[in-house]
Amino acid sequence: MIGIEHYLAVGAILFVIGIFGIFVNRKNVIIILMSIELMLLAANINLVAFSALSGDLVGQVFTMLVLTVAAAESAIGLAILVVFFRNRATIAVEDVNVMKG
Amino acid sequence: MTSADFSTIVPEFLLALFAMGSLVFGVLAGQDKVARTLTWVTVGVYVVFGVWIGFGVPGGETAFGGMFIDDAFARFVKALALFSAAGVLAISVDYMERRGLLRFEFPVLVTLCVIGMMMMVSAGDLMALYMGLELMSLALYVVAALRRDSSKSSEAGLKYFVLGSLASGILLYGASLVYGFAGSTRFEDIITVVVSGHLPVGLLFGMIFMLAGLAFKISAVPFHMWTPDVYEGSPTPVTAFFATAPKVAAMALIARLMFGAFGQVTADWTQVIAVIAILSMLVGAIGGIAQRNIKRLMAYSSITHMGFAMLGLLAADANGVQATLEYMSIYVVMNIGVFAFILSMERDGQPVTDIATMNMFARHQPLKSVALLVLFFSLAGVPPMLGFFAKFVVLKSAIEGGYAWAAVMGVIASVIAAFYYLRIVYYMYFGKEGDLLDTRMPMAQWALMMGSAAVVLLGAFDLMGLDTGAQMAAAALVH
Repeated sequence: MIGIEHYLAVGAILFVIGIFGIFVNRKNVIIILMSIELMLLAANINLVAFSALSGDLVGQVFTMLVLTVAAAESAIGLAILVVFFRNRATIAVEDVNVMKG
Repeated sequence: MTSADFSTIVPEFLLALFAMGSLVFGVLAGQDKVARTLTWVTVGVYVVFGVWIGFGVPGGETAFGGMFIDDAFARFVKALALFSAAGVLAISVDYMERRGLLRFEFPVLVTLCVIGMMMMVSAGDLMALYMGLELMSLALYVVAALRRDSSKSSEAGLKYFVLGSLASGILLYGASLVYGFAGSTRFEDIITVVVSGHLPVGLLFGMIFMLAGLAFKISAVPFHMWTPDVYEGSPTPVTAFFATAPKVAAMALIARLMFGAFGQVTADWTQVIAVIAILSMLVGAIGGIAQRNIKRLMAYSSITHMGFAMLGLLAADANGVQATLEYMSIYVVMNIGVFAFILSMERDGQPVTDIATMNMFARHQPLKSVALLVLFFSLAGVPPMLGFFAKFVVLKSAIEGGYAWAAVMGVIASVIAAFYYLRIVYYMYFGKEGDLLDTRMPMAQWALMMGSAAVVLLGAFDLMGLDTGAQMAAAALVH
């Protein structure tokens, strides 16, 4: 029987993969964008699981809103990445280093 | 969804219509030729809305089933955000024009950002909170990369985007946990689930995650890494904007969430905020010492100031919230004055940001130097400038709340931070002879710089009525 804890575990695993994808990855900014999506989807799994558990539809409404925002966020991220690529001709994470810090 | 709901959100609604209308107008009416007009119209609209919201009929209503709260607290913060956005736009027009950056999208994006801030300070629900915060953040990511042909600006935009989305993701994960363990997204339901003095562990995790996401938005340590880079890389008017309105809104959102949803378990979050506040004050104060670039320096300065503002929340009572609101208001006034000057710094027609260029500035521009001296003394917290009273009220409320040790750390940090403010004053009055700094100031910059210096100097007498407004706002938030 699959209970709420299984869904939460999947959500937590996805969330941690997303965070590690941002910090450990040294190659490509696109991978960072995918990791960000993964984090938002982890939150969505939580929301839907909780919503189904408690029989309260608000969580699923929240999920729809999050999906919309995530789409807008990716669009803006890709646009900024295109601008960055035009200036630097690279999207490697190691090359994001004009400013120290 | 009734007409009463819509009459509560009329300001946000009209501002959203204005943003869309000005976008269409900009596209149809010849792109960037109308940018100047559009920016000034936007400034006018902000001021009108600010007066309307700030001095209009006091609210206290909720709309959309408690999702949107229009109380005195929200109105105070909205008016402050609108006025500071108007000030930043007014000082940026001339700079943007001379650097070829004056695109009509800039005022439109700033307007969208302001709507996001107004949404989030009125949030009474996790969904409204998330939507408002994202509306603000998405607009900010874009304006950070506004100078499309500069690798610094696009890098600033990319860094801010990646770290900002990470923070949003953390916040959202926290929100999902809070929803799951409280069974509702509304703050007023969450607070009834949270029994006085006891917080279920799932909710505790959710609260900490949400606090971490919000701490990123106000660039509090340990989520401050983006601040110096983004402040340095963004075009200076955008930096000025970053340093003012979004900080106010995010700080207000922290107060709104903590008091609205977790007001019963203050001990659980005040200790987290105490650690964040102390680290912010110290890291901002120590990190700023090595900076030679005034934009990076202002970044560390804002980190320190956010730490101080958070000291007010430690007491978890109305006086503390009042102190935080007063601190944020005074911080915004000082920052607009300083950035009006930074925007005018140039040499041979090129903008400069190195603090060494201010050498012997006082000999050539005595009046501006006095104004800057007042502003930097105020940032450092020297009496009788307003910045001293701002620090005084937050330290007082922290001590009354039983956080005397945090107040002591605050005083130490403020002494360390005074070094880098006073160093600039030293350069202006006693520095080495060198190339002159050319500061051709348009009327708006001059007026706002002198105005904020005057407010900072004269405001000490009765805080310009700020006390009453902040008191009403705080009373509305803390029951």
